[in-house]
Amino acid sequence: MSISTTSFTFVRELVRAESAIVLEPGKEYLVEARLVPLARRGGHAGVDAYVADLAARRNPADLKLVVEALTTNETSWFRDGDPFTALRESVFPALARNRPSRTIRVWAAACSSGQEPYSILMTAQDTPELAGWKIDMLATDLSQEMLDRARAGQYSQLEVNRGLPATTLVRHFRRDGLNWKIDPALAAQVQFRQLNLVRPFPPMGRFDVVFLRNVLIYFDLATKRDILHRVRQVMAPDGHLFLGAAEMTMGVDDAWERVPAGRSSVYRIREEQRTCVP
Amino acid sequence: MRALIVDDSRVMRRIVGKLLEEVGYDVVEAGDGAEAVAVLEGSAELPVLACVDWNMPVMDGLTFVGEVRRRPEWRSVTLMMVTTESEQEQIVRALAAGAHEYLIKPFTGEALLEKLDLLGLLPARTGSGA
Repeated sequence: MSISTTSFTFVRELVRAESAIVLEPGKEYLVEARLVPLARRGGHAGVDAYVADLAARRNPADLKLVVEALTTNETSWFRDGDPFTALRESVFPALARNRPSRTIRVWAAACSSGQEPYSILMTAQDTPELAGWKIDMLATDLSQEMLDRARAGQYSQLEVNRGLPATTLVRHFRRDGLNWKIDPALAAQVQFRQLNLVRPFPPMGRFDVVFLRNVLIYFDLATKRDILHRVRQVMAPDGHLFLGAAEMTMGVDDAWERVPAGRSSVYRIREEQRTCVP
Repeated sequence: MRALIVDDSRVMRRIVGKLLEEVGYDVVEAGDGAEAVAVLEGSAELPVLACVDWNMPVMDGLTFVGEVRRRPEWRSVTLMMVTTESEQEQIVRALAAGAHEYLIKPFTGEALLEKLDLLGLLPARTGSGA
């Protein structure tokens, strides 16, 4: 049984109102997969019956459970797909034309258990224009536990099933008992460091690419504005910022402009603001 | 869109079949590779996707993948191994034989659908009922 349009629309509006995360059409399977356990726990026949009950009662505690189920951090490889296609097809080739040092500096600013920085490095290896280039990758997270996991580069069978093409799995991982371990040469390219985005950044130099995806959604407007302002200060003038699909700079820090990149979009510092960056 | 599930376990065929039907596939089943070849030979409409177990009686999944790849008229069928075989060498063998993707059991429904997404075979959907 697939989720009905009515149920999907209700959940989509609820999640958008509560979290600013937009569930695009096509994400019905995600909604269904995340809500089935809640429906079962409540003794409902299916997701539609559960959602109908939610809509009738509007019990705040139950609604919160739904929002949490849909906004819990996902840890897929190449999460959302399009940003990585944009990196390979437009962002990296553009940088390759403008970096005589043949080095690109990347910051994955909320790296969780490491899937994002490793996905970026794999994408760089698949970019012909970057053959022989160095990717200087900094990956930070608030959680030391997550950083330890990311540094170990060891993933369960269930984790490597998530969004990782089989060709990429056999190319960049080795079996290690029941788990899979990332190629040590790839792991050695990443510098992991604990960092709290709401505090002043330590000296880090300038970055050509910053991934700050699905993290601003957790902060209030003033904090978002402050973080985006400080990211500008560590960004190369022609650098590229990636945000989550539900996040934007408009109305938060208008020194950024949104630029289409394939089916995705990136944020660049507006031309007239570039000289103002300290 | 039609999908073929090739697995000697009826339970597994039902699990994968249900997930595929939920995203809009018509599902046909076969209990081993030889039966799957017969299904393809008798198909007026070829499946766009075949989910193939490895270890089966009569004809195993790897042999079936090789057989499909040998027949130009079946080139349009996307092949995904869905198996407990999880050694790196086996994944490499399956890809070399012509499998497009590889999903290791056990897997979550979300993981299966993400693989379909990677293959460009995940239709957007909503049900029609309320």
